[in-house]
Amino acid sequence: MERRDFLKQSVFASGMALIPSFLKGMELLSPDQLSGYKNVIIIQLSGGNDGLNTIIPISNDIYHSARPLIAKKVNQTLKITNDLAFNNHLKAIKDLYDLGEVSIINNVGYPNPNRSHFRSTDIWQTASDTNQYLSTGWVGRYLDANCQHPYQAIEVDNSLSLALKGNHMNGIAVSDPNQLYRTTREPFFNTIVANAQKEMLGEDNQGYLYKTMLETYSSASYIHETSKIYQTKTEYPQNHFAKSLKTIADFIISGLKTRVFYSSLGGFDSHVNQLNSQDRLLQVYAEGVGALVKDLKKNDRFKDTLILTFSEFGRRVKQNGSRGTDHGAANNVIAIGGSLKKAGVYNELPNLNDLDNNGDIKYTVDFRSIYATILNNWLDVDDHSILNKDFKRLQFV
Amino acid sequence: MSAPLSDKQIQHLYWRAGFGISSGELKTIRHLNKKQIVDNLFLASEQSTPLSMDFGTLQKKQKDVSREERKQLRQLRNQKMSELNALWFRQLIETNQILREKITLFFHDHFSVRLRTPRACLHLNNIIRKYALGNFGDMLMEVSKSPAMLLFLNNRQNRKDHPNENFAREVMELFTLGRDNGYTETDIKEAARAFTGWNFNYKGAFIFRQQHHDSGAKTILSKTGNFTGDDVINILLKEKQTARYIVQKLYTYFVNDTLNQNHIEYLTQVFYNANYNLETLFRVIFASDWFYDNENIGVKIKSPIELLVGLSKPFKVQYQNTKVLIHLQKKLNQMLFFPPNVAGWPGGKSWIDNSTLMLRLKLASLILNNGVIEWHDKENIPESIMTMREEAYKKIKSRLQKKIKAKPQWNSFLSNFEPKTKNEIISFILQPEISEAAKHIISSLDENDTNSFIIELMSLPEYQLC
Repeated sequence: MERRDFLKQSVFASGMALIPSFLKGMELLSPDQLSGYKNVIIIQLSGGNDGLNTIIPISNDIYHSARPLIAKKVNQTLKITNDLAFNNHLKAIKDLYDLGEVSIINNVGYPNPNRSHFRSTDIWQTASDTNQYLSTGWVGRYLDANCQHPYQAIEVDNSLSLALKGNHMNGIAVSDPNQLYRTTREPFFNTIVANAQKEMLGEDNQGYLYKTMLETYSSASYIHETSKIYQTKTEYPQNHFAKSLKTIADFIISGLKTRVFYSSLGGFDSHVNQLNSQDRLLQVYAEGVGALVKDLKKNDRFKDTLILTFSEFGRRVKQNGSRGTDHGAANNVIAIGGSLKKAGVYNELPNLNDLDNNGDIKYTVDFRSIYATILNNWLDVDDHSILNKDFKRLQFV
Repeated sequence: MSAPLSDKQIQHLYWRAGFGISSGELKTIRHLNKKQIVDNLFLASEQSTPLSMDFGTLQKKQKDVSREERKQLRQLRNQKMSELNALWFRQLIETNQILREKITLFFHDHFSVRLRTPRACLHLNNIIRKYALGNFGDMLMEVSKSPAMLLFLNNRQNRKDHPNENFAREVMELFTLGRDNGYTETDIKEAARAFTGWNFNYKGAFIFRQQHHDSGAKTILSKTGNFTGDDVINILLKEKQTARYIVQKLYTYFVNDTLNQNHIEYLTQVFYNANYNLETLFRVIFASDWFYDNENIGVKIKSPIELLVGLSKPFKVQYQNTKVLIHLQKKLNQMLFFPPNVAGWPGGKSWIDNSTLMLRLKLASLILNNGVIEWHDKENIPESIMTMREEAYKKIKSRLQKKIKAKPQWNSFLSNFEPKTKNEIISFILQPEISEAAKHIISSLDENDTNSFIIELMSLPEYQLC
């Protein structure tokens, strides 16, 4: 052993001996339980991705005339149907599409759309109405209603999004399981945790602080220990987003009992010279997801995985004065999975003849219908108690 | 009224009305009675110190700017927003007008605005500070007419022919009556019509644009007339529910997350009868017996700003790198001048998740000791390991010192530090009752190493409460 490693291990060694007993004997999924343990990966393309240049209504004259400088030419696309095509930087997604593993849902949005990134992100994450301010997210409320452990919803990031905050339970934010583990190895904190007993904690704020600390500890240990089981050999692209997806793959294949994973790819908030930056980001997205799916398939977990990609809003149909687009409304959502019920183009294409007052696409599918579908059809829980309303379920899973 | 307050109760008052009390201050006011202590608090906040900064080229009228200039302006605005953040933070640490600043922080959250226009943000902040101990109705009126609010809630786009309801909705839902408290969608639509024409000129002064105003009759909360925006604000202030809603929020912020309905009704009456005078309301709260009850002490989770300022103030910490200060606020989920949305920071338990909690617990050691809690479970490990741990700590410290660049004044802190015994120190640093887990760990701590002991106490979950 290198001296440095030895030092690292032994410096905090005494703390290790103090790991509370409730952390021991934590269950992992055995290989036979593993199969059939469904999970969903949610990816937000942050900044408002221009859906019309992502999945392109290539035969639509309005599309071309509204965007003389930024409309995609046929040779810059990958054909889906005579009327629809992928941006050619989405090659990896197109390959999955051809295998029947992609469902494209068009015109997803909500009534009275808000065009602020922050507000619209909140609306998507809390599953609220436009004029409703909720302090819990839909995944957080899923945890509240259906889960025993915070690590059943994990955000691969340094901080936790509103989506994963519940009333009684929050998900876990972790970008690097080793780092999360290390922050909990501070000898002083170790001793606090070793001395704190769950039964003695009250419902008050002090109890809540200790409870969160204990849960962070047990989750950190659980994630750290479990995720060591599998370290992928699949090659992922060298970027932050792909690294996050690789972490998710390690979690899933290792048998972490996590139901919901949350991740995001930022940078879509461009208003000028949009083409280059969007194309580059879409390629990062597609190649990352391509590697993830390959990895999951190799380990027979793709059939239990659903990957949902959304952005907080789409973009205006008409280009703006600086080779870009402004904030819009309804947008397409991509569902990828090994067990889709309906692959292909799920519903009608955007109607560019019938736009709202701002010149934006009108929604025909409420985004909460997609959540309801995932909750009910995929995760097999009651969607109403989480969304507090009934939304029409779709049939893609 | 002149009942003496215990040290714990004085600390309680200072944590809620401000950001804690230093040992030296406590020593000088301990002998005073409650009334004198409360009076001093108001006396210290009699004056208001507005924030001011030089906005440079942002001040000039912007016309025909090229794309390159626009980019530079955007960068300058972002830079000024950071400076503004640091400016207020320093004022919070250094001010003696603690009550005024604390109430300003409350209304900074209540009249939540998220903009990247530093002049408007500073202007709004100064309006709030000016009225912090004055009249809430006046504050509401001036805030509503400020460029920041007009910009943020789109009232400039609210015109006779195409009304924008954003401000009309939020003024009822968030600023006065509270959500679903006695108004309808029709009230919002009608009120939006009344607010048409509210705008500001390039100097940032409010103007009423008659030609954009819908001067027809409107019916709002069952009253009908050719109302203007001013009329709507006044109609909302006539509603006792407005007083109740503000009192509920203030009570949650300054007293307890759990509302005591008797106190709420009583305070609502006080506030309404005093025509929304904030000083009157706060004097009643701080003069009451129940404010100092055990059930209200050490039960609130400090907001990130309360935590950061509370830690920094007694040590007069100087943050040499503004980026660090802003990074900490961001990671703790409360950046001054950057609330999440118009509803403000949700507060309470929602401050806490796994990543924010671990950072909160590390905060004292990060700011006051370059990232290390120098705690040793001496009985459990051999000497040789201890030596290695010391080595590791040394390395962490020298690495983090370069990163954090916070300068705490330990000498000044310790020279005024009065508590002597272990229990005195604990009671001074930690507001709540100590949990069993903390008791156990404290029993093995050495209070004679005062610096380490204080950091250890501040690294307990108990320190997150006030």
